[in-house]
Amino acid sequence: MTLPARLEPLALARDATRLALAVTGACAGLVLVGLFGQFSNRWLVVGLLDIGHALMLAIALRAGMVAARGQSWAGAVPRALLCGALAGVLVVLLVMAARVANLRWMLVSLTPVTLNRVGYMLPEQQAMLLLAAGGAAAALLGTALVLLPPKARRLLMGALLGVVLAGLLRELIRSLLSGLGEIDGWAFSYDGLLPAGAMAAAGIGALAAARPGARHFAALPSRARLALQLLCLALLLLLPAVTNDFVAQVMMLVCLYTLMGLGLNVELGLAGLVDLGFVAFFAVGAYTVALLTAETAGVAHLGFFAALPFSVLFAALAGFLFGLPVLRVRGDYLAIATLGLGEVIRVLVLSDMLKPLLGGAQGIVDIPKPALFGVILGSPTRLFYLTAAFAALAGYCAWRLQHSGIGRRWLAVREDEDVAQALGINLVQVKLMAYTIGAAFAGLAGGLFAAMAGSVFPQSFQLLVSVNVLAVLVVGGIGSLPGVVVGAAALIGAPEVLRDLGEHRYLIYGLVIIAIVRFKPEGLSPAAIRQREVA
Amino acid sequence: MSGLLPRLQDGWRRATWVDVFLVALRLLVLGIVGYGFVAGLLHPRYGRDEWASFLVFGLVIGAIYALIALGYTMVYGILRMVNFAHGDVFMFGAYAACFTLIACNRNGLLATQPALSFALALLACMLVAAGLAILAERIAYRPFRRGRAMAPLISTLGLSFVLEYSARGMFGAQNKAFPSFPAIDGAVLVFGLSIPRVQLIVMLAAVLTMLVLTLVVMRTRMGTAMRAVAEDQDAAILMGINVDRVIVFTFALGGALAGVAGLLYGLVFKQISFFMGFFLGVKGFGAAVLGGIGNIPGAMLGGFSLGLVESLGPALFLEGIGVAAPYQLRDAIAYTMLVMVLIFRPRGLLGERLAVKRA
Repeated sequence: MTLPARLEPLALARDATRLALAVTGACAGLVLVGLFGQFSNRWLVVGLLDIGHALMLAIALRAGMVAARGQSWAGAVPRALLCGALAGVLVVLLVMAARVANLRWMLVSLTPVTLNRVGYMLPEQQAMLLLAAGGAAAALLGTALVLLPPKARRLLMGALLGVVLAGLLRELIRSLLSGLGEIDGWAFSYDGLLPAGAMAAAGIGALAAARPGARHFAALPSRARLALQLLCLALLLLLPAVTNDFVAQVMMLVCLYTLMGLGLNVELGLAGLVDLGFVAFFAVGAYTVALLTAETAGVAHLGFFAALPFSVLFAALAGFLFGLPVLRVRGDYLAIATLGLGEVIRVLVLSDMLKPLLGGAQGIVDIPKPALFGVILGSPTRLFYLTAAFAALAGYCAWRLQHSGIGRRWLAVREDEDVAQALGINLVQVKLMAYTIGAAFAGLAGGLFAAMAGSVFPQSFQLLVSVNVLAVLVVGGIGSLPGVVVGAAALIGAPEVLRDLGEHRYLIYGLVIIAIVRFKPEGLSPAAIRQREVA
Repeated sequence: MSGLLPRLQDGWRRATWVDVFLVALRLLVLGIVGYGFVAGLLHPRYGRDEWASFLVFGLVIGAIYALIALGYTMVYGILRMVNFAHGDVFMFGAYAACFTLIACNRNGLLATQPALSFALALLACMLVAAGLAILAERIAYRPFRRGRAMAPLISTLGLSFVLEYSARGMFGAQNKAFPSFPAIDGAVLVFGLSIPRVQLIVMLAAVLTMLVLTLVVMRTRMGTAMRAVAEDQDAAILMGINVDRVIVFTFALGGALAGVAGLLYGLVFKQISFFMGFFLGVKGFGAAVLGGIGNIPGAMLGGFSLGLVESLGPALFLEGIGVAAPYQLRDAIAYTMLVMVLIFRPRGLLGERLAVKRA
């Protein structure tokens, strides 16, 4: 692009204004949906920056990155500075407008407190100056991230990520390091990360980003590398035992979703069947264990381990019966048909018709905890190891399935049904197999869920669960086994740790799903085949 | 001339066990419905007035389904993609109408000029919903126009969640009450039956909207272009039609209809919530499939049929079987019907019309 020199300032102002408007819109959205209000009284770094403003700065940083696209330093820096400063001013102007218009009867999140917090409770001119300076600085940082040489960029990125992670995960980190009493004094306080701790986190992050040992690690023989990786895994598995129940609970949930994700991965990732009624099989598994073990249900008083095979069996049977009629339905109709089936199951469970058996909205309570050789697996830590064991077993099964003959046939069907059929693959049989096996995994997860929750209610089996599992797959990378674990940790683990995200987590899920499908369709940990396809 | 018997024998020879299962499933469903129907007839529980009110209510809710289904069917007819966010476009339309009416109520306009406030609410809900539908196209469809089939499906699912939980954050988690105004209260006597006035107004508005839509699609240049793109996209490009603009227009039109549906829904049910969109959207899609996807009169027919089955079904089929509290199973009936249509007659009642021919 060679513009005449006198047009250059004009283009610069136009680009910066456009970006500033986008940033202002995004910040306004942040305030409107209540994310800002929720997080503006929590510190990222105590005394310096709260999470609400950190989100706004992140938006400005992103705008700075966009501004630097295709520009040199000389073009990017003024754009970024102008855009950040302008956005800061516009945000404060919007706040003033919102105060005058007083739209609280419509938009519940525009409380006076929240509006004041946007400008740090300062008078308007000062707030404007402060936000403009902050926005400009963040945008400049974003520009620097793009234009710096790779090594420096990685260090900067590592430092930033280190601070953000330490600030967000401070409860987890504090509980992990609670043994080391000293850390509480200088790095963390009750309110959050202290500035000194932030410095340390930035240093650790930069160090991790520099990856000093990477070359040595790559030079190691593959056997040694595997051993090191297994060692890391073992350390991770030891975590719940050496820390507290909270960590155990979060990791248990991650394992549970891994288990379900493995099931849906067989259906969606391998055979290419979009299933939005997945939760139905989860419910079948959970209700089977509940009915067979609970004292109050009065069907049979089996132990947990005697009932679990039945829940797998019944879920597989349900998958088989569901699959028979719907699997001839074409792609996106299948999504709707399975969604409809899942809802039919939920409505039936809730209804008075089946209340004598399934308890209606009251559900089934008093499900005994599993007992293994006389040891009652009651604590979260023990339940975690139980879930992890089953998840590992399921992972092994899924891995073997993927590389078996049926796995190859699934992949063939996913890639092109017509070609697969021409090669002599019985479509219905192969799809039905995938559907049944996926349902069996979900049934196993359901059985474990019933035992760990101690009770089952229809409310636990909403469409949200199906969508969560789908999101786990999309984020991790559809069709990739490690991806399932990565996705579950990112989507299920992270929000649990960021405690007061509350219902906003689904908003974030939606955004993450859209972003991943758009910008990284192969997922965070893509399957080997996908990697080859993309490359 | 081959007789019926040899044809049956031939069919039996070709049938796999899956076909046998499907036939058995069909017979089972027909048996249950037939048994419930006959048993219900033998022990009539409802009088003429009750049946009439079921019927009218079915037509009203059916009109709302039809308006939602039209958006699905037009988009699907052109792009062959399900828009999971369409239900949430409807929900936002309902909120826009609700807040317009509340604002009118606060300055007294609602009491003195009900027709004007109604028109304002109509305008607001159509604008908001059309805007959101265009946004959905921009975010979830345009990037994947030539891409994989699953990407738009998943990203509209994500968008649906974003819209739902944004609405929750913006407007609050509680149900929002529609302001009531005297102009729509009360009942009217039609053929000796007392029918709530609001239901008559809603029916009238829905039918008028559908008439306007038919005019737009059949008589305007843009409507002609829409039909051309739905018929054959490549040929439409060769004829000099700007397909991008037609697609945006289709989304906007579908969104506006969903917005009207939102307003009417609020008037009938008096309460709206951030969560209502998704499942009404699914039912709207069911209505579109029932009528034959891509087929505009089909979507109207499908909507009314779904509404009628949902409102008459429990009394007609389930009461006879002796199900406790059959009205709880209304949604189950609707979804079962949706699944049955998808399995046994994916072409729908009037047949589908799609841009891209099926392989």
